[in-house]
Amino acid sequence: MQPQSAISFVPGRPNSDQFTDLHSFLPLLVLIVVGVLLAAIIVLLSWVLGPKRSTLEKLSPYECGVEPVGNARERFPVKYYLIAMLFIVFDIETVFLYPWAVSFRSAAAGLIKSTASGVGQFHLTGQYMLGEMVVFILILFVGYIYVWKKGAFEWE
Amino acid sequence: MTSINAASYLTIAPFLVLVVTGMAVLMVDLFLPRDRKGSLVALSIIGVLVSSGFVFDDWGKNYTGFAGTLTADQFALLFQLVLLIVTALGVLLSERYIQQKGINHGEYYALLLFSASGGMLMAASRELLLTFVGLEILSIALYILSGFARTEERSEEAAIKYFLLGAFSSGFFLYGIALIYGGTGTTLLTAMHPDKLNNAYSVAGVGLLLVGLCFKAAIVPFHSWTPDVYQGAPTSVTAFMSAGAKVGAFSALIRVLTVFLPVSIVWHDIVWLLAAATMIVGNVVAVLQTDVKRMLAYSSIAHAGYILVGVLAANAAGQSAVLFYMLVYTFMNLGAFGILILLGKTGKEFNSVRDLQGLAKTHPWAAAAMAIFMFSLAGIPPAAGFLGKLMLFSAAIQAHLYGLAVVGLLASVVGVFYYLMIVVRMYMTPAEREIGPLANAPLANFAVTVCALVTMLLFFFAEPVIGVFKEGYVTQTVTAALVQPAPQVAVQASAAGTSPVPTSTVVN
Repeated sequence: MQPQSAISFVPGRPNSDQFTDLHSFLPLLVLIVVGVLLAAIIVLLSWVLGPKRSTLEKLSPYECGVEPVGNARERFPVKYYLIAMLFIVFDIETVFLYPWAVSFRSAAAGLIKSTASGVGQFHLTGQYMLGEMVVFILILFVGYIYVWKKGAFEWE
Repeated sequence: MTSINAASYLTIAPFLVLVVTGMAVLMVDLFLPRDRKGSLVALSIIGVLVSSGFVFDDWGKNYTGFAGTLTADQFALLFQLVLLIVTALGVLLSERYIQQKGINHGEYYALLLFSASGGMLMAASRELLLTFVGLEILSIALYILSGFARTEERSEEAAIKYFLLGAFSSGFFLYGIALIYGGTGTTLLTAMHPDKLNNAYSVAGVGLLLVGLCFKAAIVPFHSWTPDVYQGAPTSVTAFMSAGAKVGAFSALIRVLTVFLPVSIVWHDIVWLLAAATMIVGNVVAVLQTDVKRMLAYSSIAHAGYILVGVLAANAAGQSAVLFYMLVYTFMNLGAFGILILLGKTGKEFNSVRDLQGLAKTHPWAAAAMAIFMFSLAGIPPAAGFLGKLMLFSAAIQAHLYGLAVVGLLASVVGVFYYLMIVVRMYMTPAEREIGPLANAPLANFAVTVCALVTMLLFFFAEPVIGVFKEGYVTQTVTAALVQPAPQVAVQASAAGTSPVPTSTVVN
């Protein structure tokens, strides 16, 4: 498998074949089936083989340390939302960085030709990819300085 | 093969500058004490000037960038220029007002610039997904700005309403793109094959796109958020939003409709009905308003209707009329909101129609400026609004839209009533509330003066301006390459393990 598949989604290409050609999704189907089977087997095995010394506490559903049954109208400190939002920002950064890093080497070698539109194709050069990522990181860096100076990282 | 070259970056330079300026504003703001944000105003204005420098640098060159997805045709550049004017006036009007309101945060200017950059991207984009990105940049900043007066309940209400409905309409827009992609196999407006524009997917997709864009442009029946948001948001934000969001939405609407209007009779009738309904509802309901901001909100709905007439005319005259009207509308509408901003004091605002009574005695200049804006909005001759309307409706006549022109003229007669009612109240009735001296706001004063002067002068010296705006029409013809059989698919090639072969040729 060549790394081209990292950008095999081709936006704006006028061709009906890509709607009928579902072969490329076959691995996905296999992955789903294997995933479901594996999960089922593991749960089944641990249920069959595992020792059962249950207490009331252990039998209650796991809810990340929060009381599973109770009044839903509980108060949460607003700080959690702040942390959650910041987490998403930096999480997205990783999500973008990962496929970028995977395809960078072949792009730098001039192997990736991406169609950007129905009328032409352009070369993804290493320079271009590096430049775009630097811009992306810089924008996040500005955001990072902003939230830092605003004191969003201080818990109290 | 097109590579991404320097010219590509020149197409995005105008809005890139605004984004960078916005980030610079955020950074500088961190190191400024709370009561000294004046340098941010200067920084924002410099950003707008540099950006307009790039717009003029692109002037008349008419090229595309990023493999044809972005264009720097005159249509895009003129829209961007109007948006930059809106931004500059918005910044100048805001400076003193947000100080008085106690919301003098640097984020305000940054959001204003980000929002403008989104609108500029929409104007330049010929690719629906990029248009969507522009739409979101424009809107998300506006959601925050409308709730910027956090302590005021109305402002919060405006932000929540605008955000929920706006997010919903963005969903419509996005789903529309998906369906159009399904129907035509592309999201690039210039690459859509004429035969594929009329199938069920495309038609449904364009319908959803229309919903999304009409919401942003405040077209009936997607207008219900407008009065509440315009009234609740800080007046300076309302001023910016009333013109800025419309500029973005209409530029995208025209680009979409120039592709889809000619191929189907359905869209013609639907847009006809939308335009007629918008003009009638906007003008009639505005008569009943007692709050000036609310009245101007309905008036802006009515004006969206007039502009839609120009969009429907779908000829070069219609498109340049839309552009010219946008320019005129910017000056007269921001001017009218500017007067309300100048009247405002710390802790209280004078937004009711009755508050304006007797304004001519206490503040003759403010009243005179307001009268100019009202005459212009009503479309009465010694003001530029008349010329704008004239161009729109003559484009409609050229396109044989006689019925719509009649509806529009009758609706604007209704409009004359409430605009002139303001003038009558200012000049012929005694004051009810003590307004006191105007705010000491040199920048806002300057902005309002510019608006009033331009509104008058554009009428008398319109010819060169109209000459420039005549060049502003969409140049997107379907490329000849599309009529050839479709090229080999890259997906298949990569699935088979071979490297994709470029077979299509570049036509730009």
